[in-house]
Amino acid sequence: MAQINKFIRDFGWARIIIGLFLLGLFIAAPVFGVRVDASINDVIVRFGMNAIMVLSMVPMIQSGAGLNFGIPVGLIAGMLGAVISLEFHLTGLPGIAVAMIIGLFFAAIFGFFYGLLLNKVKGDEMIIATYVGFSFVFFMNIMWTILPFSNPASVQGFKGEGLRVTISVKDYWYHVLNDLAKIPVTERFAVPMGMILLFAIVALFVWLFFKTKTGTAITAVGSNPDYARASGISIDKMRIISVMLSTMIASIGMIVYEQSFGFIQMYNSPLAFSFPSVAAILLGGATVNKATIPNVIIGTLLFQGILTMTPSVINNAIDIDVSEVIRIIVTNGLIVYALTRGKGGK
Amino acid sequence: MFKDKRKLGKILTSSAVPLLFLVISGIAIPLSRFTGTYLVDQIITRLVRNSFLVLSLLLPIMAGMGINFGMILGAMAGQIGLIFITDWGVSGALGLILAALLSTPIAIVLGYFGGKVLNRAKGREMITSMMLGLFISGVYQFFLLYLCGAIIPFKSKGLILSRGFGVRNAIDLGVAKGFDKLLLLKINGVNIPLGTFAIIGIIVLFTVWFKRTKLGQDMRAVGQDMVVANSAGIDVERVRIQSIIVSTVLAAYGQIIYLQNIGTLNTYNGADQAALFAAASLLVGGASVVKATIPNALFGTALFHLMFLVMPVAGKYLTGQAMIGEYFRMFFSYGVVTLALILHSWKRQKDKELDRIGLRVDNQQLKTK
Repeated sequence: MAQINKFIRDFGWARIIIGLFLLGLFIAAPVFGVRVDASINDVIVRFGMNAIMVLSMVPMIQSGAGLNFGIPVGLIAGMLGAVISLEFHLTGLPGIAVAMIIGLFFAAIFGFFYGLLLNKVKGDEMIIATYVGFSFVFFMNIMWTILPFSNPASVQGFKGEGLRVTISVKDYWYHVLNDLAKIPVTERFAVPMGMILLFAIVALFVWLFFKTKTGTAITAVGSNPDYARASGISIDKMRIISVMLSTMIASIGMIVYEQSFGFIQMYNSPLAFSFPSVAAILLGGATVNKATIPNVIIGTLLFQGILTMTPSVINNAIDIDVSEVIRIIVTNGLIVYALTRGKGGK
Repeated sequence: MFKDKRKLGKILTSSAVPLLFLVISGIAIPLSRFTGTYLVDQIITRLVRNSFLVLSLLLPIMAGMGINFGMILGAMAGQIGLIFITDWGVSGALGLILAALLSTPIAIVLGYFGGKVLNRAKGREMITSMMLGLFISGVYQFFLLYLCGAIIPFKSKGLILSRGFGVRNAIDLGVAKGFDKLLLLKINGVNIPLGTFAIIGIIVLFTVWFKRTKLGQDMRAVGQDMVVANSAGIDVERVRIQSIIVSTVLAAYGQIIYLQNIGTLNTYNGADQAALFAAASLLVGGASVVKATIPNALFGTALFHLMFLVMPVAGKYLTGQAMIGEYFRMFFSYGVVTLALILHSWKRQKDKELDRIGLRVDNQQLKTK
């Protein structure tokens, strides 16, 4: 009994309830004519699409910069990488590799300045990050319309200038990672190994990074800044490194998402990722100042599971589409809950 | 000398944002090719629409809780009031007063809840109030989309979606211009709705009076220093909740005034950007996250909406593309809030560092003695 109690305490009620709810949905699925294997396939694919973005939260949380509501800064770097790669008309793996390299390059620059800014506003990072994200998206909206892109697939057809709202990557690097080393299990279920592998590599990199001297220093800055300062660690430098890392991982996450989705969504689209990514890592058990890679994996699986299963099962069951409202309530409710916990106060 | 320099710097930083906006508007107005009469008429309309919402932000700032992005809780309460009186078919100013009465208890409950939540998130009130707004927006949608018409009976079938339950996306309000029409003055084609201005005048007087009451003084004390206020015997948490409740109720009335001027209610995303535009207006008026006055609110509303009006048209004439102006004005709305938040936070951090250096110097002096 004591062991069960300990397990519940460690794992957290929120996760147990949502986990059971998800399990219930999977059990109920066949009753309402929803194929379980297709559902599992959807959950895994969406896990692959979103996990790297959720992972990008980890470095900033660890350095004490809080939840990265400014994830659009990194996502925009990814979008830049993707559209610039299209300009070179590269297809397949080289295309996506070039997109990622360019994305990483811009993410490093953006992340550096974003980190500098967040160092000036310690204690208010989250609200300012949110608004920096918003402002940057609208600033880039102006850029997307005036930058001289020329690939006919990317620019608006009738004018020949200004990027489209959605750019298809079908002829370039659509499903490159999804189809890489794909393992078919059933007719409707195949494991997209490429995406999972890439996530594993990035996660391993983050895990190893936090074992290095710099990584440990970042964790020290996040958990006890005074102690870190006393041991001669430059707090500002460590925080900039963590923000750059978060931004760079987010840029890769965006490109992975795009290749699976089939479209590069431009303009306001990055805004749609900030709250779900934050909610996913919180659901995985992270707090405002501590996050691990298991948090990322569990959180993304549960969150994407709910997102995939509620529309299909509940809509079939009661014939009413409540999934959108459930999504809004669960996402934002989780974030409010996390913000009211942990160390508060000045 | 050092002091004077600091003072000058203070004045400059506090008026930098309004000055910047004045300059930008000054450049954009001739480019937009609007006539003076049209602009004056529009600014008066925007003042009527928005100043009440902006004023609702003042008290939480005084209580040290920053910008209450959770004011959209109140805006949603106001919208629920309007939906019900539209269903009952009450029109005119009477309908608006009824809507306000109906929304008051909802706003009080939501404000109480909001205050409770924010008390558990001291030091990060702004982000929490923003997320709370999004969370309650989900509950609000659930209420209107699935409960209204199904569990809560509606008289007018025209308000309900064709599937039999849930409120329609856009509602024409029978109470449109209810307050505006009360005492409408026309001078040279400029409409001046004195009735609505009178209501705004009442809220201004209320705020001035409220600041002088015991509760108002307590709020100011809490805003300056929670620890000191607590040791002075003020129930800090209670005062903070009260400031949010007042703000939420005022936001409900503000949204009702806003919508009676517009005339149609965008049921599901009408309240979304209320907080952004109200916050931006206040900050453009020279307010900061810790200090905001009534003149800040009124001047800011006029200036922000002047820019909001002129910018897309100026952008269109300048670049030939309508969208650039649109993006530019969104960038500016968010940018001004971002800038104000950064300036405030930066200043606070610098003060903290100065304090620490001061402490160090004191210690050294003690040692040498």
